[in-house]
Amino acid sequence: MCGNEALAEAAIIAGVDAYFGYPITPQNEITAYMSRRMPEEGRVFVQCESELAAINMVFGASATGKRSMTTSSSPGISLMQEGLSYLAGAELPAVVVNVMRGGPGLGNIAPAQGDYFQATRGGGHGDYRTITLGPSSVQELVDCMGLAFDLADEYRMPVIILADGILGQMMEPVVLNGEKRWPKREPPAKDWALTGASGRKQNIVRSLWLKEGVLEELNNKLHRRYKQIEKNEVICEQYEVDYAEIVVVAYGVAARIVRGAVTRAREQGIKVGWIRPITLWPFPTEQISKAAEELKVFLVVEMSLGQMVEDVKLAVAGKAPVLFFGRAGGAVPTVEQVLETIRQLTIPEKR
Amino acid sequence: METVFERTPTFKDCPTHYCPGCGHGIAHRLVAETVDELGTRGRTIGIAPVGCAVLAYDYLDVDMVEVAHGRAPAVATGMKRTNPDKIIFSYQGDGDLAAIGTSEIVHAAHRGEQITVIFINNAVFGMTGGQMAPTTVLGQVTTTTPLGRKAEGEGYPLQVSELLAVLPGAIYIERCAVHKPAEVRKAKKAIKHAFQLQVDGAKGLSMVEVLSQCPTAWRMTPAEAVEWVDKEMTKVFPLGRLKG
Ligand SMILES: Cc1ncc(C[n+]2csc(CCOP(=O)(O)OP(=O)(O)O)c2C)c(N)n1
Repeated sequence: MCGNEALAEAAIIAGVDAYFGYPITPQNEITAYMSRRMPEEGRVFVQCESELAAINMVFGASATGKRSMTTSSSPGISLMQEGLSYLAGAELPAVVVNVMRGGPGLGNIAPAQGDYFQATRGGGHGDYRTITLGPSSVQELVDCMGLAFDLADEYRMPVIILADGILGQMMEPVVLNGEKRWPKREPPAKDWALTGASGRKQNIVRSLWLKEGVLEELNNKLHRRYKQIEKNEVICEQYEVDYAEIVVVAYGVAARIVRGAVTRAREQGIKVGWIRPITLWPFPTEQISKAAEELKVFLVVEMSLGQMVEDVKLAVAGKAPVLFFGRAGGAVPTVEQVLETIRQLTIPEKR
Repeated sequence: METVFERTPTFKDCPTHYCPGCGHGIAHRLVAETVDELGTRGRTIGIAPVGCAVLAYDYLDVDMVEVAHGRAPAVATGMKRTNPDKIIFSYQGDGDLAAIGTSEIVHAAHRGEQITVIFINNAVFGMTGGQMAPTTVLGQVTTTTPLGRKAEGEGYPLQVSELLAVLPGAIYIERCAVHKPAEVRKAKKAIKHAFQLQVDGAKGLSMVEVLSQCPTAWRMTPAEAVEWVDKEMTKVFPLGRLKG
């Protein structure tokens, strides 16, 4: 199974009621897979007229309390930003998978990580965030699917899975129905859902608040929720950070390359470790900040010309140098390039 | 004394924000009466547009959602597909449906979504101050056609109902008006029929276009606005059943 198909099946296992999609490379396998599997399961599949329609269909299904999702790649995700903002404003859960490709514009169909800013900063208009997961293997893509639906329901907000063309196309053995890496959460009651006002007062799902002060109240409420997420939901992996002089930070497929390079560098006696954020927002600020206390050098490796590096710099807060290596436009850094970059890093004198 | 006219329960007992002479309030009441007469309040979900009717949920006592400008038919699709037993309607203005949301309405009709659309055509963008809409008639002065709409460069008034009527997925389309009691009664009948089709599980989209007065944006008195619907608007947008 390729990553795209595996994540589609994982969504079905996670209980997705409806899938809405518009074809775009490199994630077409998801839409094709869902077109067959969702009807088999008696669930909803719609091939939409655009990504604008897709995200709004997600909005509609979600407003009635159903688990719904859409998938796309970079240009399509740009079109969805309006819908994401409305989902955030209306406090609706949704899962959106972005199998990133090169940009800007039509870019190309090769893997890239250029949508990090868009995903982790909200992306659309207004003061909001989206939880963003950055898996680095097909298994993790599968695991993230269940987690994404649980987080979306729990916090009533859109969750983005940020994958890339490699992950989507890659074939790896996966366990679909095994023990959960992140235990399944009890979904909260959706008493806000639009189910027809039978025997109860009317429910309204909205994002317009004209009366003075009311929108600020909503903003503050969302902000408190975001703070809680930052406190409780950070997931990241670390390797040999305590004893390292250099820490390489990378996510997704770039982190796999980094892992290879770090292993080779350690064989050559270089004291290097890595930190791999799995949640890109909330970002593992504390973990990186703690590593920075030990006066390490940070190297950030991305398949872009530098986006996550800004979050690393914010976390390091000037306590240590932060260097960057990246390739963009669908080019993927090689293990050799990363290794060479690690070797050339100068370690500052310990004060 | 005998009660001859009562507020229907689904129409909330509160003043609306609509201007004097506006047609939205009448259209709201017709929808509310329909819901009550069909007895479907407990399984109806309404979709409010972006436009003057954005606060429709303040007046219609059913479950409602407010959505992005023009996207109501896509939202309705997501709702109806996952809740085939519910009665889903969108309520949209002519900026919402005929400008920014043309893609969504065309494709919802094209797919034959089993939803009901109430399309309020007041020939302008009301909420933003009376700009030209695709439905603005030739010669009509708006804030963005100060010299009157010209066909050249600004196009002819867009007849969405005629456009949708050719699609097999649209099973019922009728154009009505609410400027005279007789027309209001016809509009009521049409709206009720459109909802009834959905209740019966008819396979396709039903839409009622309602020509609606907007005295404020038209810079007219309510009486002049009624006259203008009667004399001018119906010339470009003839009343009657287009499909089904
Ligand atoms: C994406 C977007 N563009 C523009 C607007 C501004 N806007 C609000 S209402 C409206 C037009 C509404 O006109 P219509 O649908 O005819 O409804 P009416 O107000 O006349 O009832 C516009 C352009 C918006 N809210 N969102």
